Amino acid sequence: MLDDLKKIWYPIASSSDLPKRHVYHAQLLGREFAVWRADDGNVNVWENRCLHRGVRLSIGINEGTELRCQYHGWRYANRTAGCTYIPAHPADAPSRTICNNTYPMKEFMGMVWSGEETFGDPTYFENFDEFTVLRPIPINANFDLVKELVKSKYDKLNYLCKDEVNGAFSVTFERSETILFFVQPQDSNLSVLRGVANKALEGAKKISFLKMHNQILQNSRQEIEKISKTMKNNPMIAQISNVSVELSELPEKSEKNRQANLRVMVSEKIKTAEGIVSIKFEALDGQLPTFQPGAHIDLHLQSGLIRQYSLVNGPGETNFYNIGVKLEEESAGGSSYIHNNLRVGDVLACSTPRNNFPLRRDSVKTIFVAGGIGLTPLLAMAQALNVMNLNYEFHYFVKNAKHIAFSSILEKSKDKVFIHEGFSPSLTVEKLSRILSKRQKSMNLYVCGPGPMLEATRRVASELSWPDKSIHFEYFKNNNEIDDSSCFEIELARSALTLNVPSGKSVLEVLRENGIDLPSSCEQGACGTCKVNVIEGEVDHQDVYLNDSEKLEGNIMMTCVSRALSNRLILDI
Amino acid sequence: MKIGCNDKVILDQWHPISSVDVLQIGDIHNTVLLDTDISYQLDVNGDALAWLLFDNSKTLLPIRIFYGFLWVSLGTPPEFLFPFPEFDEPDRRNVATGVFGVNVSAGRTIENFLDMGHFPYVHSGILGEEPHTEVKEYDVEVSEERDEVLATSCKFYQPQAAVSSMEGMDVDYIYRVPHINCALLYKSSPVDEARLDVIIIFVQPMGEEWVRAHTGMCIIDDDSTAKEIRQFQQTIFGQDKPILENQYPKKLPLDSRIETPIRADKSAISYRRWLSKKGLQYGVIPSAI
Repeated sequence: MLDDLKKIWYPIASSSDLPKRHVYHAQLLGREFAVWRADDGNVNVWENRCLHRGVRLSIGINEGTELRCQYHGWRYANRTAGCTYIPAHPADAPSRTICNNTYPMKEFMGMVWSGEETFGDPTYFENFDEFTVLRPIPINANFDLVKELVKSKYDKLNYLCKDEVNGAFSVTFERSETILFFVQPQDSNLSVLRGVANKALEGAKKISFLKMHNQILQNSRQEIEKISKTMKNNPMIAQISNVSVELSELPEKSEKNRQANLRVMVSEKIKTAEGIVSIKFEALDGQLPTFQPGAHIDLHLQSGLIRQYSLVNGPGETNFYNIGVKLEEESAGGSSYIHNNLRVGDVLACSTPRNNFPLRRDSVKTIFVAGGIGLTPLLAMAQALNVMNLNYEFHYFVKNAKHIAFSSILEKSKDKVFIHEGFSPSLTVEKLSRILSKRQKSMNLYVCGPGPMLEATRRVASELSWPDKSIHFEYFKNNNEIDDSSCFEIELARSALTLNVPSGKSVLEVLRENGIDLPSSCEQGACGTCKVNVIEGEVDHQDVYLNDSEKLEGNIMMTCVSRALSNRLILDI
Repeated sequence: MKIGCNDKVILDQWHPISSVDVLQIGDIHNTVLLDTDISYQLDVNGDALAWLLFDNSKTLLPIRIFYGFLWVSLGTPPEFLFPFPEFDEPDRRNVATGVFGVNVSAGRTIENFLDMGHFPYVHSGILGEEPHTEVKEYDVEVSEERDEVLATSCKFYQPQAAVSSMEGMDVDYIYRVPHINCALLYKSSPVDEARLDVIIIFVQPMGEEWVRAHTGMCIIDDDSTAKEIRQFQQTIFGQDKPILENQYPKKLPLDSRIETPIRADKSAISYRRWLSKKGLQYGVIPSAI
């Protein structure tokens, strides 16, 4: 019986219950929902429980694009309900699989509809293009009793009552005015009676109409509750669904290798600056997975090439992925293909977003230094800080005004964005020295741009005594020439395997050949996806992902390019 | 005569029911413990007595005074309560800072007490402040010998660590859970750097989802009045209460599949496992296995 009811679409709120930035607490068949409207109009119906420690999300904060839990500040994205930030671990990107339970949602006839296991589409009633929603009446009684007694109330008033689908009923008045009634079963003994009339009423007429029905319904409410008192129904128990085994344990990182498990369609391609296009992708079906600021996707182009692009999206912009692509003069076919051949409507394969460039949000101030197309991951980060009202400066170095990309996004935080046009390398260094001289404790620097500029920024920051761990950078590519001539042995501590890495083959390749599935993305030592922990042995670092102190420590290596200086490495795999 | 609970693990514990300082000789008080109505008083000799409210024969329940509180058991309690040596140090002030009724399980209350990650959100401006939200790595051990959960080397940024300082700084914490429903927090004393102030929470489970939290401080401080000390503690607890009462389910899940821990929750995970191992059923959702 309860299982059948779960398949039905019920109204769970009036649209007017969801004013801007509010979170509404709804209940259906014993299950609580947190219902909130994002600034883009999308209505989210989520289980009313933060997956972390069970705190009701209905007491959380609707920030317009994300919902923030009151207890530990975890942020959940509009639409996907995926967790985008865990403040207790600001240096980590949250596992993207942490996702709240969501329920289907439709909004029509001035009401929000949902159900736990709805089947198909809801019933859309004819002649309800115009409507007036009655004040919902909560009644302490079983939904069957409510229906029966409200119907008989209108019957006695000599109106025509008729049963409709799924327990709804209609009441028709003289001038062909009809009210549809729905009884929302909140629990076995708790219902909400929701009515909607097929006429758009305004002003005094509306008020008198609402008043009249409110009075009829309030009267029947009292009668119903008197009868209901003598009846007893066991409360409905909503099953708490299990989180996955992976999420129930203290986190470990594991992702699949270069897989492209998403299919996306190009929905927009526009020139955003000289030589730079902005491309938006939408999911072919379903919802795109959650991303965090700094994340990138692997795009599998029709030409067979795989390229990494950072997402530009701001928080909560979850119904598309936005990337920026610069036409490289010496393009090996990636950027030129995108610029010349890719069209709106094309379908591509891409990986789920991966974040090896996570943004700390516990800085007293964040400094962004972007060079050219390197602004893309930093732009996503700056938008995240905007939403949280955190302090930052955004320095964007470009050739000239024509090369300023995504200006409409930059425009939104004018007072924090500083654009530096046409600086020579030496002037750039001078400027950077000035920008980075104002360092205080708890500041973080994020740099992305062409290799030489990135090197210069790191050097200047280092000279101005920014600690290594406060300097975060992402290279587009590894310009180092990879020396893969060495041969050595690797011992896998967890798999109890010993393998030989011959010259000409990477550690990653050898692992793959032996059936060990390691995630990777750029496979040239720039993105950080294929990193593993090193337990023993001296690493020959050839990547540009790790900073100097991390390289010196030698606890981590990039398996796609780095090798061994010693005869043997023991890896934590 | 009826006892509303049949979980031997919880019945055999000592449970706090009142701080001694609020009792007048001779006055009889009623309270609820483990879904059971009980009465208690200090008799004319100053001895503590407790019996079941509806027991006409007034059979006396095991009752003791430890650390400024009355402790009662509805089963067969151990001879002593956990050690708390700081309580007896002569230069310390022991202040009972109030009892708070909360509609949640005892386990959730203790877990909240152990949690640092919520400081910047729930106790903003007092125990923490955005953007200083990081919970740094700390150590947790379950001592077999003392049968308690111990979290050490905990550090958290506090906006105004001492009245005298204008700047925020990292404060060191040690947490002890020596009893299913009791926890102690040790925190560097602003007066004497070498010593630690102690903040205690002793939870009285009235029902599985309904508790009274008895709180107190054991501190080196000659300046603050007892009222100021109480007010501080009451502000903090007043901020936690609405969060605790909005946790669902109200019982503490020992079944690991219900919630998602992060590294910052190491102490809570150890606490849950420790309770599981004891076979506790009351006020928890037992592990599914």
